[in-house]
Amino acid sequence: MFVLSSLLLAPKALAQHSQTSIFAPQSTPAKSILDLSIFVLSITGIIFVVVFTLLVYSISKFRAKPANANSEPAQVYGSNQIEMAWTIIPILIVVVLFLATARVIHAIQDAPEPAGAVEVTAIGHQYWWEFRYPKLGIVTANELHIPVSDPIHPTPTFLQLLSADTDHSFWIPVLAGKTDLIPNHPNRMWMDPHRTGIFLGQCAQYCGVQHAKMLLRVSVDSPQDFAAWVRGQQQPAVQDQSVMTGRQVFEHTACINCHTVSGTPADGRFGPDLTHLMSRTTIAAGAAENTPQNLRLWIDDPDAMKHGSLMPAMKLSDADVDAVASYMETLR
Amino acid sequence: MSSDAITIPALQIQEKPWVDLLHEWVTTVDHKRLGILYIVYALVFLVFGGIEALIIRVQLMHSHNNFVSPQVFNRMFTMHGTTMIFFVVMPVLFGFANYLVPLMIGARDMAFPRLNAFSFWLSAFGGLLLYFSFLGGSGLYGAGSAPDVGWWAYAPLTARAFSPGHSSDYWTLALLVSGFGSIGTSINIIATILCLRCPGMKLNRMPLLAWLNLVMAGMVLIAITPLSAAQIMLLIDRYLGGHFFDAQAGGSAVLWMHFFWIFGHPEVYILVIPAFAFLSEIVPVFSRKPIFGYPVMVAATICIAFVSLSVWAHHMFTVGMNSYANSFFAITTMAVGIPTGIKIFNWIGTMWGGRILFKVPMLFCLGFLFQFLIAGLTGIMQAAAPFDWQLSLSYFVVAHFHYVIVGGILFALFGAFYYWCPKMTGRMLSERLGRWHFWLFVIGFHMTFDVMHIPGLLGMPRRIYTYEPGRGWDTLNLIVSIGAFIQAIAILVFVWNLISSYFKGAKAGNDPWDAWTLEWSTSSPPPPYNFATIPVVASRRPLWDLKHPEDPDSLYE
Ligand code: HEC
Ligand code: HEM
Ligand SMILES: [Cu+2]
Ligand SMILES: [Cu+2]
Repeated sequence: MFVLSSLLLAPKALAQHSQTSIFAPQSTPAKSILDLSIFVLSITGIIFVVVFTLLVYSISKFRAKPANANSEPAQVYGSNQIEMAWTIIPILIVVVLFLATARVIHAIQDAPEPAGAVEVTAIGHQYWWEFRYPKLGIVTANELHIPVSDPIHPTPTFLQLLSADTDHSFWIPVLAGKTDLIPNHPNRMWMDPHRTGIFLGQCAQYCGVQHAKMLLRVSVDSPQDFAAWVRGQQQPAVQDQSVMTGRQVFEHTACINCHTVSGTPADGRFGPDLTHLMSRTTIAAGAAENTPQNLRLWIDDPDAMKHGSLMPAMKLSDADVDAVASYMETLR
Repeated sequence: MSSDAITIPALQIQEKPWVDLLHEWVTTVDHKRLGILYIVYALVFLVFGGIEALIIRVQLMHSHNNFVSPQVFNRMFTMHGTTMIFFVVMPVLFGFANYLVPLMIGARDMAFPRLNAFSFWLSAFGGLLLYFSFLGGSGLYGAGSAPDVGWWAYAPLTARAFSPGHSSDYWTLALLVSGFGSIGTSINIIATILCLRCPGMKLNRMPLLAWLNLVMAGMVLIAITPLSAAQIMLLIDRYLGGHFFDAQAGGSAVLWMHFFWIFGHPEVYILVIPAFAFLSEIVPVFSRKPIFGYPVMVAATICIAFVSLSVWAHHMFTVGMNSYANSFFAITTMAVGIPTGIKIFNWIGTMWGGRILFKVPMLFCLGFLFQFLIAGLTGIMQAAAPFDWQLSLSYFVVAHFHYVIVGGILFALFGAFYYWCPKMTGRMLSERLGRWHFWLFVIGFHMTFDVMHIPGLLGMPRRIYTYEPGRGWDTLNLIVSIGAFIQAIAILVFVWNLISSYFKGAKAGNDPWDAWTLEWSTSSPPPPYNFATIPVVASRRPLWDLKHPEDPDSLYE
């Protein structure tokens, strides 16, 4: 009964406390969805109030009273006029709702890609995200960097969505609705964030054991910051002689079958690209902060942090783990 | 109609050794006993499914909880969904259909009694097979090996690469087997209704319950077939090197989704139409008026059946269909709301000007009306495809369909239990416990499922075993979980009511509700042959005619 108020009011109040509320859009697709949502919510809200009132009225008005306890009420079998009325009015409502819906579907799905658009290929893997910028030659993981888009010179980001294994779904509620990543079925979506900041989301399509820890971070950068980030990512990996032992352990174990560190023999693609690992604030798709302790813990035993992730515990000696972790910390 | 139909004395039940009794129940082909078997079977699985739900809710009570491992959690929501849909709601509805349809159309049994028994035991075997997966599959170690692919089992999660061992096979085979059972029962219901109606009962004089079950059975035939086909294709993929759904080898993961939802959406109407049927019988009796707009109710049901066959891809708005397909499925989905709305209006029309008695069956029906209204409206929201790009796969959807299945179907079912149990056992259920059951359930239900919409709007996806703090989801999830326990307590009250009333409830007599359809003309419980002489009817409410010879319905229809 209190669903109406909870549906309409509480989310708005909570929107301020949640970074993932659909009521706080920060880009055009999310904004047009919200406008449509408010329209649909108002229409369904009106229907709710009307029918709810009818129900409450008939229940209280026509309840059995001691006065009429022994007589049957008038037996009414139906009325064609009334049936017509409550058929035609809903039909009209549906037509209106549909037109509003179709407009937004078209506006979002069929939007042309402008010349200045940034292109990113997002590949879903069991429990982490791979992001490739084909035009910029960048490969990174889990944290997507895109430029803010101003209305006069729009620089929206167009994502091509692929999957390396099972289905996943890309969902940043404040930037756009979700779209699935399905193997052998490329999809597309776009967003044009209106302000800079970090926006959160996560995989929305059940993809296996660690579906819950397949989090997403989008960093919307100012044009200058984005350019700087791009330049940083385009560099080959830092070669630091002081961590040579760690690097050797890394390159002589199976790490390199799964991970790439550009400019070194490590060129595996099963796991995230580690070339600029330290430029990311989290590891393992948001399962933990990217701190030295967490890195060490992760390399020592991934299951302890993310039970069921597809990176095996490599059973390295403590010294080797320390060495590899120090090597990782130089990859900025 | 002949009057001796209403004067059968209650059956004399002799004490028999329990082996004989057991043997009788296992070998029975009587539609009433099979109906009760279906119902009891469903109640047992309701307890299993309920325990799984509670495990899920304890785990989600607060962020980063460690009550169960992710593996166990994933098995729990898979088993919970599969159990509730296929082994609770389906069988309990078949049980009521089995029990009531022959009685209400004045028949002595179903058209094919042996097929009836066979179908029941197939379904029963399906459920046992599913639960055997906890022990079988890859053995007894760890958490066992129940399926963990979700109740839609989307490809390619079910491919051998991602689902080694046999857990997915248990899921596939259990549904395949119980699907054949459902098809058998549906053929039986259709044949019974078309061929065994008593003299005078033309199609347009059938109780709405019979009409709606006829439509439901027709939909089962259409909907279960693609599901069974898909299960067989999946088995071919897994064991015979097929590539229907194997995306790595050029198959299509989206194909499975289409197969599943072309079954899945009609399925939800298969579940809700019998609930509509209960309402269409109970609301008139407790409003003391005939159903408003009988022909329109029948037409709306048939309309729902057809339209609901063309809406399945509204479950796939996020898989990247083109804008035309999305628009098509948006309008068909919104259109299904029209006949559904008409039904709600007709029930209100039935109460309008009536003399409403608030007995427990009616309370549950009123709960249905309020909750189904809201469920329909959240459905319309999801039908607006762009809105659904936000709502889909989130807790909002979970709240929507629980609003339908629990707030709607389960409420109608409880109404049906309180209404027809006196007929089945000969004893009334306690009104006092019934009211406790009703109010506890209402409170628990609204705590859980009203609140559950909000985390969805705040970005919480479904099927996650844990979540991050600081997203505004913690308190909401705690409330949701508390509500779940209140519902569990209400169910315990209900079960206690069933058991205690069975032994010492007040005697029901033939017609405790002063009702109008044929099942109330025979004794409670009815004798094996139902009617001493086959009744003859002249209107939709034969017992009204009998009780009001001065003003019979047959004058107006
Ligand atoms: C079998 C393949 C495999 C091997 C071998 C492997 N990893 Fe990984 N690694 C992965 C996968 C998959 C992930 C992503 C896990 C997730 O987020 O669920 C990952 C994640 C990581 C991450 C976190 C990256 C990020 O940005 O989130 C680091 C660091 C890492 N691995 C280091 C190593 C080191 C060091 C070794 C060798 C000792 C190693 N890995 C061996 C597959 C592998
Ligand atoms: C007015 C009527 C209804 C409309 C317009 C409607 C609409 C929808 C839509 C669009 C979805 C898809 C949401 C998504 O997955 O993103 C959905 C999901 C669902 N609906 Fe409804 N619905 C209606 C009635 C029903 C009924 C009667 C039932 C059950 C008896 C039901 C059960 C479900 C279920 C089980 C799901 C979720 C399936 C899943 O994702 O697991 N709905 N509904
Ligand atoms: Cu996922
Ligand atoms: Cu549906």
